[in-house]
Amino acid sequence: MSQDILNRVKKVTVEELGVKEEEVVEAASFTEDLGADSLDVVELVMAFEDEFGIDIPDEEVGEIKTVGDAVTYISKKLS
Amino acid sequence: MSGQPVPSGRVVVTGMGAVTPLATGIENFWPKMLAGENGVGPVTHLDPTEFTTRIAAEVLDFNAEDWLEKKEARRIDRFIAFAVAASTMALKDSEIVIDDELRDQFGVLIGSGIGGLTLMGDQHRRQVLQGPSKVTPFLVPYMIPDMASGFTSIVHDLRGPNTCVVTACSTGANAIGDAYHIIKRGDAVAMLAGGTEAPINEIGLAAFSAARAMSTRNDDPAHASRPFDLDRDGFVIAEGSAVLVMEDYDHAIARGAKIYGELIGYGMSGDAFHITQPRADGGGAIRAMKMAFNRAGITPEQVGYISAHGTSTYYNDKLETMAIKDVFGEKAYSTPVSSIKSMIGHTLGASGAIAALTCLLAMRDGKLPPTINYEKPDPECDLDYIPNVCRTADVEYSMLNSFGFGGHNVTLILKRL
Repeated sequence: MSQDILNRVKKVTVEELGVKEEEVVEAASFTEDLGADSLDVVELVMAFEDEFGIDIPDEEVGEIKTVGDAVTYISKKLS
Repeated sequence: MSGQPVPSGRVVVTGMGAVTPLATGIENFWPKMLAGENGVGPVTHLDPTEFTTRIAAEVLDFNAEDWLEKKEARRIDRFIAFAVAASTMALKDSEIVIDDELRDQFGVLIGSGIGGLTLMGDQHRRQVLQGPSKVTPFLVPYMIPDMASGFTSIVHDLRGPNTCVVTACSTGANAIGDAYHIIKRGDAVAMLAGGTEAPINEIGLAAFSAARAMSTRNDDPAHASRPFDLDRDGFVIAEGSAVLVMEDYDHAIARGAKIYGELIGYGMSGDAFHITQPRADGGGAIRAMKMAFNRAGITPEQVGYISAHGTSTYYNDKLETMAIKDVFGEKAYSTPVSSIKSMIGHTLGASGAIAALTCLLAMRDGKLPPTINYEKPDPECDLDYIPNVCRTADVEYSMLNSFGFGGHNVTLILKRL
């Protein structure tokens, strides 16, 4: 399950941020390692919502700083 | 900082780039234009089945990823991507070397009549169908018309005057004219100036159809754009961009630049008459032309080529002809006039810039582009429109007209050096 989520998070991140797949490791920070600015983060979160059919409220966006955070957050939402 | 150099008061064009329905790149599209090729076809950017107009002049050889980073190419509106592409080509063509001192004196003025209408339409649909939280944060930055200038300045790190003109279909000509004044008065040494437009989307096609401005010759797109022909029935919507490197004359000479020509006249006026129709006596167009001649210090007798606004609408072509006759007198009948819109359709805010670029190429090569689809003369349009076949002519001065909804009238006069 979480491997599937990781793969889909990677796919969306590669597409949204225009980064290479090998850069998208669990420890990578979207803003510090993958070059996302504040607008990119909003767009990325919306893409996660679309990909997984979930709702990510603004006040919870702060929990998602790294690729691993995204996987954990999304796994929790889907369970 | 060494401060601003003393301006020469003369402004020349030293580089050019274009994205047009005939081709991308000036040396690609220009031979096609001289051959009188048609750039109009069935709409492919969307399913046009439900629309009254189902034809357009689309740019089909353009890939935004060739000009932008992948992430940006995917998100950006097409009108900005066109401007970046045309600017990149123009800078390369100019061979200008931009050091840190020049960077601060190098500006950008690339207008758009409409801005990011495709993105606007897509995001509006998302907002309606999926809710307000689904609207992209990039809608505002990539929709606003000034982002063509803003984004281009970021891509090329140009830190001089940065602004935008929005005057509907006369945008591109106004941008070039305004950039000329910015350089002339010494606020910049060089400017990227021009226009860009990408209006071929659902809402754009629907809106211009509703305005009853477009040709509905859907079964014969190749003959739909027919400026000055008796059977014309409206303009053909198009997309594209043209950007010029405009430069202070002394600066261009000092670096041994190739010079396409000098902008010597810029005139503009307002019709103060109707939101979409030109004034019935052509008065606005006449005043714009007279202002340009006054600035240029030449007479209409000296002009060897007129690039007409020539949209292929009943009113424009008739009233523009009338206005040219008023300003040129008897000389109107012996001055070649053509409308490149017969081949590339109406690129709206880019059209004046594409026309300026073609005037400079025409003077360089001594070849005037034709008005294609000219078959049936209209008694009210009785000038020499260079029908169907390009013409060889030695031209030292050319003039272009560009008019826009809102009653904007612009005339530019260019000189070969």
